[in-house]
Amino acid sequence: MSMIGRIFRFYREGFASMRLGKKLWLIVAIKLFVLYVVIKLLFFPDVLQEKFNNDTQRSDFVLRQLTQGAR
Amino acid sequence: MGHIDPSLVDWSRAQFALTALYHWIFVPLTLGLTFIVAIMETIYVKTGDEWWKKTTRFWMGLLAINFAIGLATGIIMEFEFGTNWSNYSWIVGDIFGAPLAIEGIMAFFMESTFFAVMFFGWDKVSKRFHLLSTWLVAIGSNLSALWILVANGWMQHPVGMRFNPDTARNEMENFWDVLFNPNAYTKFLHTISSGYVLASLFVIGVSSWYLLRKREIKFAKRSIVVAASFGLLVSLFNLTTGDDSARQIAVDQPMKLAAMEGLYEGKPGAEIVAFGILNPDKRLRDSTDPFLFKVAIPDGLSLLSYHRLDAYVPGIHQLVDGSKEHKILSVAEKMKRGRKAVEALATYKAAKKSGDREAMKQALETFRNYSAYLGYGYLKNPEQAVPPVATTFYAFHTMVGLGTWFILLFFLILYAAMTDRLQKLRWLLWAGVISLPLGYVAQEAGWITAEVGRQPWAIQDMLPVGMATSNLSTSPVMLTFWLFAILFTALLIAEVKIMTTQIKIGPKEHDHV
Repeated sequence: MSMIGRIFRFYREGFASMRLGKKLWLIVAIKLFVLYVVIKLLFFPDVLQEKFNNDTQRSDFVLRQLTQGAR
Repeated sequence: MGHIDPSLVDWSRAQFALTALYHWIFVPLTLGLTFIVAIMETIYVKTGDEWWKKTTRFWMGLLAINFAIGLATGIIMEFEFGTNWSNYSWIVGDIFGAPLAIEGIMAFFMESTFFAVMFFGWDKVSKRFHLLSTWLVAIGSNLSALWILVANGWMQHPVGMRFNPDTARNEMENFWDVLFNPNAYTKFLHTISSGYVLASLFVIGVSSWYLLRKREIKFAKRSIVVAASFGLLVSLFNLTTGDDSARQIAVDQPMKLAAMEGLYEGKPGAEIVAFGILNPDKRLRDSTDPFLFKVAIPDGLSLLSYHRLDAYVPGIHQLVDGSKEHKILSVAEKMKRGRKAVEALATYKAAKKSGDREAMKQALETFRNYSAYLGYGYLKNPEQAVPPVATTFYAFHTMVGLGTWFILLFFLILYAAMTDRLQKLRWLLWAGVISLPLGYVAQEAGWITAEVGRQPWAIQDMLPVGMATSNLSTSPVMLTFWLFAILFTALLIAEVKIMTTQIKIGPKEHDHV
């Protein structure tokens, strides 16, 4: 059997023989779904990425914030 | 300080504190337990005794639970950087990006690959390769922590970078200065060794419970000998790294040190407070005694901070109002200089827009002269430079008090185990059980000291928290605060429930994770 085949079998048998691990993987999967699909998408936009088209605009915005009220 | 609603700043702070504190419930146990199972497995490989294999696999199972439940809880902080702290993220981007990218790559390749061998590889790969994988998981997990703490250390003491007024970003000038930032490596060593202390308390706590229940006697005694030996060594190491860390704070963040000790009036031969109750009526610049009660060691703070009994340690009053004698600039003077830096930045921006190169050059020169005080330019009054003294003081003293107790506990338990008297000393076994939650209290108290003590700064002297925050509506931040509170509490309940179930089953039935 090739190296890739042996590695595949190693992981397959490892996952198949898990007991508590199956429950843990389920928790991990639910958690990642909630974090990335629900929380990240709905509540955590990257403000500067979404608001501006390029880095020059982002720099200008942050510089404006830093110098507001200075002059 | 700026234009942002103060309640938004407070909710953003509260949200970040909540996620960081919950994340830190899971991380230190992984950092330490990986080493304890590696030590146990080494004994198994050396002796060939199957008992040690069973012992290793039991603790490895509990490690797997903690790892799985804690996995990706830190990613939320990265979400928060982009949303709640967008100004901060932009300004530090280049500095934070490199260490965090290295952390991500290393964590993925080292931990993920060798974790699989560690859990799936029993009886499938050679004993020595399995042992190597276990050690690499331990080392890899701890190296991941290095990169995170390098980033944190930079926020506490920014070095190796230069602020670019064209891009409004800090750009890395010297990677090695960032990596070997004294604040970063003292923090790294102190943090990981505190994780080892917690893991030792965890093994002792669970094993003591077995002994109190008169079950798994041989397993529990062996586990306790390993954990107490490891715990004693690492807690003594933790004491020395704590000393290094305090000396570094004395140099880089004297205001934090003064808050940690409730020191309002600086003096040579400053005492260190072993135990104290702060006077809640104490106000800045009044003559009220800061303490209602205290037990102090004369000259202790001078010795701790500068390794000299007569060294001068500045108090909060000197750090706010300045001291000519001790060459300490007042916060008011720093604010003046900071405002010059802010004005120069604005002038530079305007000159660039109008294409006036000479004005740009002059403004840049002025900015460079005053940029060390940039953050002070955003403070409204000198009092804002003082962190919450009571929170910092009590958190620091809780951490130190518990750390001292853990050294004594490890010594007593190891002595009792080696002289075969442990089972008779039920009070000591109870102390072992009760000290497990206290280990978590000490962990959180350490981070509260580090982070609350450096307020108002997001980046020390460069960017106050109010300027680091994104200008958002407060309600979504409040909503996500409660969402996280529910999510993390659910994860914590899952962790405790699964762990206690596995502990009740015990090592006999615990062949596969």
